[in-house]
Amino acid sequence: MSNQILERPKSLTQKQFHYCPGCHHGIIHRLIAETIDEFDLREKTIIVQPVGCAVYIYEYFDTDVSEAAHGRAPAVATAIKRVSKGKFVLTYQGDGDLAAIGTAEIVHAAARGENICVFFVNNAIYGMTGGQMAPTTLPGMKTATTPLGRDVKKQGYPIKVSEMLAPFEGVSYIERVMVSSPKHVIKAKSAVRKAFKYQLQEKGFSLVEFLSACPTGWGMPPVDAAKWVEENMTKQFPLGVYKEVGLDD
Amino acid sequence: MVRVLMKGTEAMAEAAIRAGCSAYFGYPITPQTELIHYMSRRMPEAGGVFLQAESEVSVINMVYGAAAAGVRVMTSSSSPGVSLMQEGISYLVGAELPAVLINVMRGGPGLGNIQPSQSDYFQSTKGGGHGDYKLITFAPSSVSEAASMVYDAFDITEKYRHPVMILADGALGQIMEPVSLPEQGASKPSVKNWALTGAKGRPANKIFSFYLDPKGLEEHNLHLQEKFKNIDDEIKYEEDISDDMEILVVAYGTVARILKNAVQKLRGEGKKVGIFRPISLWPFPESALKSASMKAKQVFVSEMSYGQMLEDVRRIVPDEIEVKFYGRAGGVVPSPNELYIKLKSLLERGV
Repeated sequence: MSNQILERPKSLTQKQFHYCPGCHHGIIHRLIAETIDEFDLREKTIIVQPVGCAVYIYEYFDTDVSEAAHGRAPAVATAIKRVSKGKFVLTYQGDGDLAAIGTAEIVHAAARGENICVFFVNNAIYGMTGGQMAPTTLPGMKTATTPLGRDVKKQGYPIKVSEMLAPFEGVSYIERVMVSSPKHVIKAKSAVRKAFKYQLQEKGFSLVEFLSACPTGWGMPPVDAAKWVEENMTKQFPLGVYKEVGLDD
Repeated sequence: MVRVLMKGTEAMAEAAIRAGCSAYFGYPITPQTELIHYMSRRMPEAGGVFLQAESEVSVINMVYGAAAAGVRVMTSSSSPGVSLMQEGISYLVGAELPAVLINVMRGGPGLGNIQPSQSDYFQSTKGGGHGDYKLITFAPSSVSEAASMVYDAFDITEKYRHPVMILADGALGQIMEPVSLPEQGASKPSVKNWALTGAKGRPANKIFSFYLDPKGLEEHNLHLQEKFKNIDDEIKYEEDISDDMEILVVAYGTVARILKNAVQKLRGEGKKVGIFRPISLWPFPESALKSASMKAKQVFVSEMSYGQMLEDVRRIVPDEIEVKFYGRAGGVVPSPNELYIKLKSLLERGV
């Protein structure tokens, strides 16, 4: 006799994720899908997918999904949300997508207070194109385009997206989390849930930044990569709530 | 039908609203700013969405989002702004999303100036963005025509799920003329079962142009190519020709209009001059132009560019017929007299 204690979220298809071992995209996908289910939003959700490793989101989520050009997801989501009454709209973006090529789009969506959720996956590297320096690459970190390590005198400093966007009046909620251990996954889930509530209560722009491991891009075994997130990334990108205007009861 | 006096930009804006356009995204750029002004006031009145974006890059991606959500959407810009939109236009084509785009062309390249030009013909009709595609392009030559073209464009773009560009120029955008505005509600948005409206009672819809497998992408491209062939149904042109023309004049938009004056004057002097005006620039009225040109001793092309449509005309007109060209660019509009003199000298020199 056996009881099923865990099942795949209804908002996910049966398609198996293609992500590398130790990559955190799968966990983050699941957290978002579970929350869509919890709020019974599958039939109202429209996801705007990124370019990068998560470009296959449209095959993984059993919701309506639109592709967006690299960096442009906040502009696409802005329009979808504005023309679609009562729909739930989120973007899922990586650091190259959101913090480099799409900086204008994310800044202005935040400044306008677009009532969308942004799930921002920061793994400090361009994963899909083969591990190049990202705007969030840590000082000293070796990548395919900083073979000697990121020299801040030459390549500048990492962009701290949560800190940058929090001051905008249009922003209702920003939290930085990680998913490197079960404890943190639970915390991250509550951040996702909160971001959803901010949109559902029409409070404006919300963003959850996930510090995420890229074992392949970083050249590390999965366990070391998870540890590296905790020990190194959190120093550059401290976890915590950067903005919270408050929800209605 | 109401007949009113309107500026080209405003007539195009009002025509869009009457066609059921319910979302407009824009960014200020001269010489089409009156269009965005007009939309900022009229769109909310009509119950639609108006948004001034942070750049033309964002604008075209907002157009993409609204189109993906299934509503009638439009944007307008001028040459440098349309250059910034090319990425998004390629994505619209790849994802087969309908949208109406207006380019009120100005002088280029670079920042150029804000005067009328026709130097974006290549960009508009030959692809513009990356990938194998061409954009449906219509060129009006009067305010009234521009308005009805915008109105019809919403049906055409939905019919093919392919963006439509209205290629106007600074002169057409700025002049005021009597215009018969199309009726509100006669044109209705089509039912879009592919649109993103939430997967309620149907399988989830996906809007994308990503096909990692080469065979899949080839198949998608073949499907697009097949679709493009059907767009030949939208070929439009105007001709006023005879069987024994000494010269056939080919021009579009504002230049066609100016040339009409010169042609009238020459005809008054007993010269046999025909005029052919492509209205759809892509698909181009190839067979019509070919048969018209075969009735002429020579062909004369004039554009506010240094010869862009000229390349299509040369490709179509049989080799034994000489094609002459006269272009002004940089925002200079040729005068009727200037074109008259040019034509007259061609006629006097003979063939």
